[in-house]
Amino acid sequence: MTSADEAIARAHQDEWARVVAGLARRFGDLDIAEEAAAEAFATAVERWPADGIPPNPGGWLTTTATRKAIDRLRRESHRDTKHQAAQMLYDDSVPEPTGPVEDDRLRLIFTCCHPALAMDARVALTLRLLGGLTVAQIAHAFLVPETTMARRITRAKKKIKSAHVPYRVPSADDVQTRLAGVLAVLFLVFNEGYLSSTGEATVRADLSDEAIRLTRLLRSLLPDDGEVCGLLALMVLTDARRTARVSATGELVTLQEQDRRLWDWVMIKEGHALVRERIAAVAAGAEPPGRYQLLSAINAVHTDAAVATETDWEQIVTLYDRMTRVDPSPIVRLNRAVAVAEIDGATAGLAEIDAWAAELDGYHAFHAARADLLRRVGEVGAARAAYDRAIALAGNPAERAYLSRRRDELGH
Amino acid sequence: MPRYMMSVFGPTERTEFGDYGSKEEMLQAFADTGAFNEKLEKAGKFVFGDGLAEATTATVVDGRADQPVLTDGPYLESKEHLGGFWVIEAVDLDEALALAAEASRACRGKVEVRPFQTAEDFQGLLDS
Repeated sequence: MTSADEAIARAHQDEWARVVAGLARRFGDLDIAEEAAAEAFATAVERWPADGIPPNPGGWLTTTATRKAIDRLRRESHRDTKHQAAQMLYDDSVPEPTGPVEDDRLRLIFTCCHPALAMDARVALTLRLLGGLTVAQIAHAFLVPETTMARRITRAKKKIKSAHVPYRVPSADDVQTRLAGVLAVLFLVFNEGYLSSTGEATVRADLSDEAIRLTRLLRSLLPDDGEVCGLLALMVLTDARRTARVSATGELVTLQEQDRRLWDWVMIKEGHALVRERIAAVAAGAEPPGRYQLLSAINAVHTDAAVATETDWEQIVTLYDRMTRVDPSPIVRLNRAVAVAEIDGATAGLAEIDAWAAELDGYHAFHAARADLLRRVGEVGAARAAYDRAIALAGNPAERAYLSRRRDELGH
Repeated sequence: MPRYMMSVFGPTERTEFGDYGSKEEMLQAFADTGAFNEKLEKAGKFVFGDGLAEATTATVVDGRADQPVLTDGPYLESKEHLGGFWVIEAVDLDEALALAAEASRACRGKVEVRPFQTAEDFQGLLDS
């Protein structure tokens, strides 16, 4: 890579969202913002190797993109001047009277993740407009044809424009609910990369990296928000175990069996620091932790043990107890039951799990957890049936390989 | 200011008390909807709003031929039909959605919010 290539790649990482967000506010049009930003980066690819890297790449890109946008508006002769002026002024947001200067990128995040858009549209828009991924990259990552993804993004932008989805950070009354929606989008993108039920592993890993990058951006914009911090901690503590999670033969390796030397300890250290930051904040009077802070705390306990047998399961059960208050779903109960089995034994765990059989019957992890507990209490036949069910429901090949091996090891 | 249509859908065949479970419920819904309308008018956001007679009272007219062709009943065959609507003005979709939530609570039905096409959409069509 030449130094110009590197500078462009870095500018793309650092500046893309800022350029798009700034143009979107100035011109009140996501289409124009996206196209002008893309043109500005294309111009950089052409010019920087010959002319040299500008001293302020971000400023250069913003200026170039703004010129491209104005050129485009001029070219589109059907827009009469009055209309054009009105469009350039469309920005009805009232700046927060006490807060710091609002970053345009924060507005863009809330617009892309607006609850009036379907989840798949929110994900696609966020990755395109904030992440700067190309339509082809997003389509590839989500295993849909490029034309389908392009249509999805175009339709979402059209709805934003026609329905006047606002370009602003929601009011104090709504911001928490709306932020939860933003975090859900980022977590979905992360999981799509991490859990990937199908597709090429490398493309998928890029999605996790992108989700972490966007969550870091959100954290830089909202440094005091507990759930943003919790989600970032959860992502880095999970991603740190990525290499240890699948064996050389492509089989899933459970947390208990992972080679902890393969974990990324720099990321784990970062995750632990984030979790500690929240514990201190809550102790100092911040809001009680929500789901992401609790999940990150659970992951911090897991990654705190040098070997699996040293895991502080009491602590994990306590955290799951708090989780059930935030999210009383059967899946949380299942995870709690698995932790209970580590303290009170497999029989106690089974009793707790079986209480949720009706709700969890279609979920592979329920049958996998049950199979493991049945194996431990020596119910070989029932364990085999549960493994069969888990294998049939699991979408991920690495997970199926792991479950098949465990089933075949059962003996008779 | 952008205009939105807020539509309320309900069953084709109405019960004794409109779409409501009991007379009390019906009267309460009427009162709540009346209060909501008043609030809209005071805020200058009300353009038009009313309830429609049963869908079975509709007639479809096709005037594209020499002689208009009339068909008894609503245009769409469906178990649910438009039961009433508002046309409102709101600064943006967030305000329209918040008003729709109030409207839905008041009239006890789901409300569809749909923007009207703007001068710009129209210009786009003319230029296409």
